[in-house]
Amino acid sequence: MGSIRRSQHIKCTPEKAWEIIGDPSRLHEWFPIVSCRVEGAKRWIHLANGLVFEEDIVLVDNSMRRFQYTIVNNPIVTQHLGTVDVIDDGRGECIAIYSTDMKPNVLALGIGAAANHGLTKVKKILEGTL
Amino acid sequence: MGRRILFITTDQQRFDSLGCNGGTIARTPNIDALARNGINYTRAHPQNVVCMPSRSTMVTGQHPSTHGVWMNGVPLSPDAPSIAATLRSAGYKTALVGKAHFEPLLDPFQLFAETRMAANNVFTEMYTLPDGTMVPHRGFDHMEFATHGAQGSVHYAQWIRQNHPEAIGQFFTVLDHELEVSAVGGGDTNAPQVKFNEVHREWYHTDWVADRTMAWLDSLDVNDDWFCWMSFPDPHHPWDPPKSELGRVNWRDLDLPEGYPTDATMRENILAQKPAHWAKWYDGSFVSNYEAPLHWVPATLTPDQVREVNAMTHIENELIDEAIGRVLKMIETKGWTSDVDIVFTTDHGEFQGDFGLLFKGPYHVDSLMRLPMIWKPAPSANVTPAVVTAPVGLVSLAATFASIAGLPTPDYVEAPALPLSDADAQTRGFERVLTEWDSILFEKIIGSRTIHRDGWTCTQMLPGTLHDGTEGELYDHANDPLQHVNLWNDSKHKAIRDDLLADLRSAMPKQVLPLRPVDAPV
Repeated sequence: MGSIRRSQHIKCTPEKAWEIIGDPSRLHEWFPIVSCRVEGAKRWIHLANGLVFEEDIVLVDNSMRRFQYTIVNNPIVTQHLGTVDVIDDGRGECIAIYSTDMKPNVLALGIGAAANHGLTKVKKILEGTL
Repeated sequence: MGRRILFITTDQQRFDSLGCNGGTIARTPNIDALARNGINYTRAHPQNVVCMPSRSTMVTGQHPSTHGVWMNGVPLSPDAPSIAATLRSAGYKTALVGKAHFEPLLDPFQLFAETRMAANNVFTEMYTLPDGTMVPHRGFDHMEFATHGAQGSVHYAQWIRQNHPEAIGQFFTVLDHELEVSAVGGGDTNAPQVKFNEVHREWYHTDWVADRTMAWLDSLDVNDDWFCWMSFPDPHHPWDPPKSELGRVNWRDLDLPEGYPTDATMRENILAQKPAHWAKWYDGSFVSNYEAPLHWVPATLTPDQVREVNAMTHIENELIDEAIGRVLKMIETKGWTSDVDIVFTTDHGEFQGDFGLLFKGPYHVDSLMRLPMIWKPAPSANVTPAVVTAPVGLVSLAATFASIAGLPTPDYVEAPALPLSDADAQTRGFERVLTEWDSILFEKIIGSRTIHRDGWTCTQMLPGTLHDGTEGELYDHANDPLQHVNLWNDSKHKAIRDDLLADLRSAMPKQVLPLRPVDAPV
């Protein structure tokens, strides 16, 4: 299993961060994709290279501030669970954590790179430095 | 007008592959002529034995510990120093045609400029420096990419798709369904990563790189100063040269390489003397890095497979030499020859059967570390041809290019310009060359640091998954040119070992921490 974790400390309240990170339909605002579409518990994300990933939304837990999804019906991805957490840092600010566990193992590294990029961008959005 | 620079690189080429270095199979008359009329370095080492860190050293003049590309998959920072940018600031037109690989090849989110340029079929991308200045990516006015086949986001693959789509499926498919380096075999012997490729020779990436290099050179004014990096993806695996060329070398006619112990017990005894990752890769129980197929066991390699891989490699090297010849001819017709410096080298070597292994990894022996490196100074510079036996590294290239351009040594480089002779090397302190390895691929961690000095190669393994930091390798090249006898634990050689280790610790740059994230397997 390929397992990665990327994180960013963000100078804003967990509630404010969760407004964007916890909304599955706003992924394209911060993650390096072109667009996304949500219908019920399904999401489709469109990459710049033309690829489309179909995802099942597994969990949107507003109290724990955890979002989980899994890539489905994909000819390459055989196992996947993505988890995004927003955690209170105890000082009124938060830490956003993006984890992926998947097969093929090596694809987790690419998603880790995208997560790093996305978390850096969402930090700038929320801190008003973009 | 100053001296122009043609920088030619190949990928994964051994020192002994060239006629000028004792090779007897591949005909390489154009490269041999460069050596004959220039400076042939017979102990040139890379600072890392895989592509991205090694290429990053070429462009920055820094060791991996400094430039931060500590393993494949770690992108070179877009604001890292670049000798191309330095030359461009001095008025040079700059280009890189062929394999760059400063950034990951596997980039589905198009996070990196190399991928985006090819996807958008453009040849430059502007980058904003911290002071607000806009500069072309890495200082190259023109970047046009190729890699080992017709797949992926590189300009060559775009060109094949647009012009010869029927050829796409002829190349070896590099990755398997798990996106691991494929272990699929082919050819006559079922050797891994070998395929008979029906692609026309003129459409193969070697000729394409030469064609596109000439197209860029032809776009210049005859009075321009220029720095052109022509970067061939071969002879790196897959070994799938155009089938039309296979008659050049019949694998059945080849002797086995001197470094291939034909007796399995002998192979295993040699490997057993080395740190544990050697034997554990050979028997398939520990594949530490992405550069070799995960599902291939080296112990299954047959003598005929070694012969066939070597034959394919020789063929690819001949094609490269002929492509170089075409570019040199074009430079001559432009009237530039007397003012063009030509530097030829590669990023790292290849086992090609040595020790019963193929591919590469954390193995610091001549198979992977001893590189062909030739500098033919511009005839107008009146430099005397020479053979330099002193140890030098790719880390000296950036300063060398600056010196050719008449520029001071950039403050970012960590090694001086290449010496012009052994006497010059002695005067300027070329005594040692360093090589690093670090890899963390999920739970497998390997690290090592190596020094070559006074005819010895000494490697210390760092604490990791298989090693506790006490293991290492010590080879006496004068008496053991194939590095079969590891003297690390030999009490008679403890003094030289400890002296080399002290020198290594003193000379090795302190690693910049934290390590940059791994964004792809390659």
